[in-house]
Amino acid sequence: MRIIVPIKQVPEIAEVKIDPETKTLIRAGVPSIVNPFDEFAVEEAIRIKEKFGGEVIVITMGPPQALDAIRKCLAMGADRALHLCDRPFAGADTWATAYTLAQAIKTLEPYDLIIAGKQAIDGDTAQVGPEIAEVLGIPQITYAIKVDISEDQKRIKVRRETDDGFEIVECKLPALITAIKGLNEPRLPSLMAIMKARQKEVKTITAEELGGDSKQYGLPGSPTQVVEIFTPEARTGGIKIDGTEDPAGAAKQLIEWLLKKGIL
Amino acid sequence: MLKIDKDRCTGCKICTKVCPFGAMVIVDEKAEATEACTLCGACVKTCPENAISIERRRVDPSKFKEYKGVWVIAEQIGGQLRNVSLELLSKGRELADQLGEPLCVILLGHEVTGLTDTLAAHGADVIYVSDQKRLAQYTTDAYTDVISALILTEKPNVVLIGATANGRDLGPRIAARLRLGLTADCTGLSIDDKRQLVQTRPAFGGNIMASILSPYTRPQMATVRPNVFKPPEPNPSHKADVRTVDIKVNPAAVRTKILETIKTGAEGELKVEEAEMVVSCGRGIKAPENIPTVAELAKELNAALGGSRPIVDAGWMEHHQQVGQSGRTISPRLYIACGISGAIQHLVGVAGSAEIIIAINSDPEAPIFTISDFGIVGDLFRVVPELVKEIKRVKAQK
Ligand SMILES: Cc1cc2nc3c(=O)[nH]c(=O)nc-3n(C[C@H](O)[C@H](O)[C@H](O)COP(=O)(O)OP(=O)(O)OC[C@H]3O[C@@H](n4cnc5c(N)ncnc54)[C@H](O)[C@@H]3O)c2cc1C
Ligand SMILES: Nc1ncnc2c1ncn2[C@@H]1O[C@H](COP(=O)(O)O)[C@@H](O)[C@H]1O
Repeated sequence: MRIIVPIKQVPEIAEVKIDPETKTLIRAGVPSIVNPFDEFAVEEAIRIKEKFGGEVIVITMGPPQALDAIRKCLAMGADRALHLCDRPFAGADTWATAYTLAQAIKTLEPYDLIIAGKQAIDGDTAQVGPEIAEVLGIPQITYAIKVDISEDQKRIKVRRETDDGFEIVECKLPALITAIKGLNEPRLPSLMAIMKARQKEVKTITAEELGGDSKQYGLPGSPTQVVEIFTPEARTGGIKIDGTEDPAGAAKQLIEWLLKKGIL
Repeated sequence: MLKIDKDRCTGCKICTKVCPFGAMVIVDEKAEATEACTLCGACVKTCPENAISIERRRVDPSKFKEYKGVWVIAEQIGGQLRNVSLELLSKGRELADQLGEPLCVILLGHEVTGLTDTLAAHGADVIYVSDQKRLAQYTTDAYTDVISALILTEKPNVVLIGATANGRDLGPRIAARLRLGLTADCTGLSIDDKRQLVQTRPAFGGNIMASILSPYTRPQMATVRPNVFKPPEPNPSHKADVRTVDIKVNPAAVRTKILETIKTGAEGELKVEEAEMVVSCGRGIKAPENIPTVAELAKELNAALGGSRPIVDAGWMEHHQQVGQSGRTISPRLYIACGISGAIQHLVGVAGSAEIIIAINSDPEAPIFTISDFGIVGDLFRVVPELVKEIKRVKAQK
């Protein structure tokens, strides 16, 4: 089986802070990580490969430092990587990202399965996976929490999370699925694996090398345009009362407050 | 690409201060953008020398003239409309009135024509109905095929989809097919002075908000977070023009097959993303047999029951009940966190859009108190039952 996993390097959101004066994100010192949902995707791909054989190829579009994220996935057990890294790719929205990644994925045909993360935690859009599937013209099953490949490696059966529970959905390969938490427990690479990952092939691809319709790349290829970025009113603590001695009194105060607010 | 006119740049550093991503630096007394640049344009607007520009596509607004109408894609499951569809009707009505265009609903399903009266009463002017067996259950392929074809022939100006699991599965598929922009999970929508749809959404864990336009393509498409807008008051005398869509689903084009549907949670259980009130518990609950303590408060308030990640990881609650970064993002009017410390990964799921946050925690230093509107320092096992009692008392009085 040839399995492709699009991964993204993202800032560790928990450590992103807002500068109270300039109201801008403080990115300095914020570690970059592999998007957590993409780790589930990589892990699943490796498990499928371990069962059926084949190869796992990770692909990312991002700046030079995204190489760190690629190395992490290679250390987990992916076999090789494509890194789309060039100025013309910058500023891409989800359509331009998906289009660009899809062009690169086409060069890897024939593939059997693409596993993306449910969403990237910086933008939280959950759009790139389905958009890649559409550009490639393959079926998709989103929010996978359990994956079964048929013995003949021609079909996939996915337990997918919905708003009301789950669905068991089946389709023919090749297909694209998106991974959510609960699909698996991503492995921590050993020191040996980390060393070995340095030898694995990472192919850097520029816009010119990729070819395709370059008008679709980067900001000029993006149908959406960010016109303003602002920081929301930060929440601050309000009333805080001590209910350790008199829980009933505290409960009364809270309910009165809610009634006054018109919530109850 | 960000273009900096080095002759104009005076090295004043204003751009380094306004860049939300810290991507602007001064090298040899001239501004430069690093790899962190997302081309958001904040510097372009503030540069006093007009030295910074971004190369963008050009728009020819004349070709957008034929695109008219605000569309809401209604989501129903088993003949039951989801709340978000009605919420979109109130926002859609407002946008449509501002544009002077009709508000249209797209209704797909099987044996769903009975819903048209409800949709009309909630403000729909036109309802396009595609009622066929192959649409009884949501499938990506069938729904994408029908709606994309309808968009191509009818040419709407705006298309709004609820940011539910299936809405977020469908939206990007349609957008990619028609090569349209799509803004995900919006929490604000308005019309600007050029009659464009301004789509506002949180990013970076709610640390920043972004306003986004789709200037180059029509229709302008967005998915919208549930519970952000209030559903309209129904007006039974408001009638809609119901049109039957005659696009047949081609069975061969539907490549996925649903083998089984598993409903979790009790019949009628409220969902954390949809409920007006959510009561959550965290590790402070200590053991699964204590969950009923908090569940009772939820029941008394008619609130959905949620939990922090450790509770879900331990298997004490279902995945769909988890609030936070790796769970669900919610936007209730009232959020009550019982025995939850308030880790950032939990808060990103709620802090940005909940109206009021209440915290009950025995640790006075718990971070949840720094963002809660009303906090009670105390033992949840003693406070929560008192709350239940108090609510019952108030209800009895009413
Ligand atoms: C990539 C990633 C994603 C994550 N995603 C999520 C997510 O989606 N959702 C999420 O919730 N977390 C998420 N987390 C985990 C998050 O960082 C925290 O670990 C988690 O939210 C803590 O849960 P908690 O508040 O229930 O537990 P704790 O932090 O252990 O807090 C328990 C609280 O209960 C209080 N308490 C104890 N006993 C009582 C009592 N008798 N009465 C009242 N209060 C009491 C304590 O004072 C304490 O504040 C994620 C973490 C990572 C790394
Ligand atoms: N720049 C990128 N390079 C590779 N994969 C990406 C990129 N952006 C998004 N993805 C993939 O698409 C998924 C959804 O991302 P998003 O739509 O940005 O929330 C991620 O989990 C990744 O699998």
